[in-house]
Amino acid sequence: MSRFLRNQGWVAGLFALLIFLFVVTKLIQPAYGSGDFGSLARAVLPYAFAVAAQTVVVIAGGIDLSVAAMMALTSVTAASMMNGASEEYALFVVPFVLAMGFVLGALNGVLIVVTRVPDIVVTLATLFVLQGAALLVLGAPGGAAAEWLKASVIGTVPIPGLPDWADAWVPKALALLVVCLCIIWIPLRRSRLGLSIYAIGSNELAAFRSGVPVARTRIIAYALSGLFAAMGGLSLTISTGIGAPIPGPYLLASVAAVVLGGVALGGGKGGLLGPIIAVFVLRLVRTDLTLLAIDPNVTAIIEGLIMVAVVMFGAFITIRGRPVGATP
Amino acid sequence: MTDIATMPQPVSFGRRVKRFMADRPLIPLIILLIILVVILQILRPGIVNERWLANTAKFAIPLAILAGCQTMTMLTGGIDLSVGTVATMSAFIMATQIVNQDPTVAFLLAMLPAVLIGLVNGIGVGVFRVHPLIMTLGTSLIGTGFLQVYQRTVIASGAKIPDFLNWLGTGVTYGFPNALLLFVPVAVLIVFTLNRTGFGRLLYAVGDNERAARLSGVRYWQVITALYVLSSLLAGITGLLYIGLIKAPSLSLAEPLVLPSVAAAVIGGTSIFGGRGGYTGTIIGALILTVLTTLLTILQMPEGGRRILFGFIVLFVTAAYLRIVEDR
Repeated sequence: MSRFLRNQGWVAGLFALLIFLFVVTKLIQPAYGSGDFGSLARAVLPYAFAVAAQTVVVIAGGIDLSVAAMMALTSVTAASMMNGASEEYALFVVPFVLAMGFVLGALNGVLIVVTRVPDIVVTLATLFVLQGAALLVLGAPGGAAAEWLKASVIGTVPIPGLPDWADAWVPKALALLVVCLCIIWIPLRRSRLGLSIYAIGSNELAAFRSGVPVARTRIIAYALSGLFAAMGGLSLTISTGIGAPIPGPYLLASVAAVVLGGVALGGGKGGLLGPIIAVFVLRLVRTDLTLLAIDPNVTAIIEGLIMVAVVMFGAFITIRGRPVGATP
Repeated sequence: MTDIATMPQPVSFGRRVKRFMADRPLIPLIILLIILVVILQILRPGIVNERWLANTAKFAIPLAILAGCQTMTMLTGGIDLSVGTVATMSAFIMATQIVNQDPTVAFLLAMLPAVLIGLVNGIGVGVFRVHPLIMTLGTSLIGTGFLQVYQRTVIASGAKIPDFLNWLGTGVTYGFPNALLLFVPVAVLIVFTLNRTGFGRLLYAVGDNERAARLSGVRYWQVITALYVLSSLLAGITGLLYIGLIKAPSLSLAEPLVLPSVAAAVIGGTSIFGGRGGYTGTIIGALILTVLTTLLTILQMPEGGRRILFGFIVLFVTAAYLRIVEDR
């Protein structure tokens, strides 16, 4: 137990914070129930995918500034392809858009490996490119989403053998999120490739000398990031029913949640669970502030303050935890 | 074998040109700038005249000062993404406070948030060792929140652009934009600080090898705090200049300049990992980006296509430049 706490201390603390926030929410708004939880899950969906996209790359020792633009591009592509098309056509659109995200993400990785330009600059450049492409696909918000896709995030998952009241706490959006993340992340984490991603993030030179194909691993990490971003873009289209070519606030939110989730920005440390819980924490804080009838602009200030405070606190802990002599 | 070693190998012309350029990294940049201007002249004969030059300088100057902030912070291995928010805040506060206040008071009020944000950035990065990217993103989020709250309090009083800033931002005297009166001292100050003062050398030292710098007695946190305050102050002054140029106070006035300012510094040859670079390259980088924007506007591309091209060119220039400079 103590070993678990030591390894997963940050995530466990975060989870405790999440529980605490739920209790606070219930105290502020005694009527807070499963329906509200469902809408929270729906609101979290695009953020969670953006965070997953950022997490993979950060663990591999990089950063991806193009996450939000990638989501915008995939979202408008899906929305304009499904516009006026039949319901069955969407069966083709979904894999197409996911593949597009994967390929464009891989392109990010290839550019970084080939040009040897720092990742932050490459993804900054692709941010402009993807944003431009999104504007070319759809000049103004529009398009449509298939009805069955829209239905896939509304309502709850009926689980046989569970009473109705418990069922109500399993919104489809949450189930979709968990399934999508798990089918990629769990096999990845257990595979050689996953280990390689951690290795190049931890120490690139050491990884190279131990025979890890650094270039290939980096490209795959960015490709996975693109795939997650495409899921985020699809979830945007699904939950709003349209596509918008202007990137949302997902870049900042994804970086914030990654840091809050205990993933070191230097790479090589952390997992996916922490950042995902962090997204829920950040969204729930916003819900609470709204329930308290606080001005939304003040909410932005408070969110920023929380983010900065948490990051400072985390950095402070890291400094204290270092062996004596490491810091002068 | 020994013959080959002792025989003086004739150096090929291409190799010599490359070495020459590598020794003087500014020359390829200036050549690129000239090529862009020539292309512009060919596409639209007669466009390159006195008025165009003054106009280009006017729009390049705010970008160049913000890119100066990026250059200095990047020399220490950091980055300052809060410059856009800081510039917007001081511009907005200046425009709204000048209505009822004495110009000096309004100026001081406008500079106050700049100093505060710089101080918080500096303490966060220098003392708590937060990653600069996160820290400055966080403070810019907080700043934007405060600005939105502040906006509500001044809706009634309205805003106006002070005549002096109007003159400074848009005025042209004898063919020279008045903004040069501000820019030349600022540029000289930055170049002088970086090359000739102890503080400048400390920036290079900290960015090159932080541990070595600390062990040789550099007070890291003091250097970093001073740096971020300076960077914020420059951003605040840029905001005042920019409002005189754009003449429409808005809450996202200088935001579009942030990413190009990073690009300008990178194109100018400053390493994003710290320790290498200088301000003269950055100024040329800002000019290149401004001419490029004009060029893309003249080509009458749709907004989307322009962004795509902008992204690719930034990436290409950076990659080509790295090849020339590093491939000795």
